Amino acid sequence: MADSAWAPVSTSAVPATIVRPRHSALVRVTHWTTTLAFLALLLSGIEILISHPRFYWGETGNILTRPLFQFPIPASRSTVPTGYGYVLPDQNGWSRYLHFQSGWVAVLTGLLYVLFGLFQGHFRRNLLPARADLSRKGLWTVIARHLRFRPAGPEEPWSYNVLQRLTYLLVIFVLFPLVIWTGLAMSPGIAAAFPAAVVILGGQQSARTMHFFITVLLVLFLLVHVVMVCLSGFRKRVRAMISGRSATDMEQT
Amino acid sequence: MSKVSRRTLIATGLGAAVGASGLAVAAKLARRYGLIPPDGGGLYGPGETLTYAAQRILTRHSMARRFRREQISKPPFPNEVGPLGERFRRLQEGGFAEWRLTVDGMVARPASFSLAELKGIPKASQITHLACEEGWSYIAEWIGLPLFYLLDVVETLPQARYVVYRSIQPDWWESIDMADALHPQTFVTHGMNGGELPVEFGGPLRLRVPRQLGYKSVKYLASITLTDNLKQFGKGLGSASPEGGYAWYAGI
Repeated sequence: MADSAWAPVSTSAVPATIVRPRHSALVRVTHWTTTLAFLALLLSGIEILISHPRFYWGETGNILTRPLFQFPIPASRSTVPTGYGYVLPDQNGWSRYLHFQSGWVAVLTGLLYVLFGLFQGHFRRNLLPARADLSRKGLWTVIARHLRFRPAGPEEPWSYNVLQRLTYLLVIFVLFPLVIWTGLAMSPGIAAAFPAAVVILGGQQSARTMHFFITVLLVLFLLVHVVMVCLSGFRKRVRAMISGRSATDMEQT
Repeated sequence: MSKVSRRTLIATGLGAAVGASGLAVAAKLARRYGLIPPDGGGLYGPGETLTYAAQRILTRHSMARRFRREQISKPPFPNEVGPLGERFRRLQEGGFAEWRLTVDGMVARPASFSLAELKGIPKASQITHLACEEGWSYIAEWIGLPLFYLLDVVETLPQARYVVYRSIQPDWWESIDMADALHPQTFVTHGMNGGELPVEFGGPLRLRVPRQLGYKSVKYLASITLTDNLKQFGKGLGSASPEGGYAWYAGI
C-alpha cells in the first residue's frame, strides 16, 4: 500500500481524508443527461408497448399473425385480444412525442460524449482495460472478489476495475448503438432512405422485437449499476458523479 | 489556479455564445427551408422539428421499400374505424357511384372527380408496408393513381406548400407537405391486392402515404385542399392528429 501514488505523506494519527478529482465535467453532465433521457425513453417505451403487447419476427405482424410472444397484460387498444375485459386509456400520443424528443437528447448527448471522450482520452485512460487485467487470472481475481462480496480495493474510488470497464464499453459502444439502430429501423422514413438498415435486421418487426430485448439488457445494466453504487457507498458515489471529486478515509483502506 | 479558471470561463463563455448563435442560425435556416412542422411549437416542438428536418434532409426523394407479391400479408389486418355514419351508408347503398373527390384551394382549375372518373385514369400499383403507430404492420398491394397526377390535372399553383385531405368522417383530416404530396408513391387508392379496396381498409377511396405511419393514410377520402398556410385549418396544428395529441409528421 505504501507504494501507491496517492498515499499521504503525513503519518499523523488523525484519520486522513484524501479528496481527488474523479469525474470530468463532461462525464458528469452527459451521465445525468443520459440518465434523464433514458428514464423518459423507458417510461414512454413501456406506454407505447402497452398499445400492442405482442412481438413478431420478420417484416410484418399484426393481430391476425401468430406472435413470437405476447405479454399477459391488458392493452390500450380494443383490437388486441388480451383476455382482459377492459382496455387501458390511450397514452401513445404524448408517449411518442416524449420518446423521440428524449431519443434526440440521448443521441446528441451520446455523440458529444463519444467525440469529447476520444478527444480527451477518456476512453483510453478510464475505460480501456489494461492488457494484464484481461488475462484469465486478472479477470478471475476481480470476478472472485465480486462473488465473495469483498469490498472494493483501495484504488477503486478513483478508477474502474476490469469488469466495470468492459461493462461500460459494452453499454456505450454496443448496446446504445444497437438500440438506436433497431429504433430507427422501425421508422418508415428511415426504412425508405436506408433499406439495408431494416433488411440486415431481418425486417421491421424483427427490429421492433430486438429493440425490446436490447432495452431489457439496458434495464438490467441500470439495475446492477444502481445496486453496485448502493453497495459501494451510495452517497459517496453519487457525490462524486455530481461534484466530480471523490474522497476516501485513509483509516478504512 | 486563477489562470485555469479564467481559461475555463472564457472557453465556457465562447462555447455558450457559439452554441446560442448556432441555434439561432439553425432556426432561421429551418424556417426558410420549411423544415419546421406545424406542431413544432410547445413542449415537444424541438424533438418534432429535429425529426422532421432530419428526415426531410435525408429522405426527401427516397422511395418506400417495395416488396414481392408473395410477401403480401394474408390476410391483412383492418384496424377498427369509428361509425361510418348515415351519409356513408347511403353512398355505399348506391355502390359508391355518387362518391366524389373534390380538389380545391391553391389550384388554377378546382375540380371534382367521380369514382368512375378516377378509375378511368390508367392504374398504377405498389406493394408496400403499412405500419401502425401501435406497432403492428402488414404488406399489401395498393392500386390507384399517384396524387401528383391529380395535382397536375387541377394545375396546382407554385406557391402551394401543403396538401390538406379529409375523410368523409367529419373529424378525420390530415395534411402533408409537397415533398410527400408529389412523391410518386403517394397514391389516391381505389384497389387493393388485385381487387376493389374493401370498406374496412378505407374503400372506396384512401390516400396512401407509404413513407409515414398508417394514420396519415386517411380512409374514405372525400376532399383535397392545397394551401400555403396550415394555420387556417382546425386549430392550426396541421391536422387532426396533433389536436388529438399525435404528431403531425409520422415518418418515424
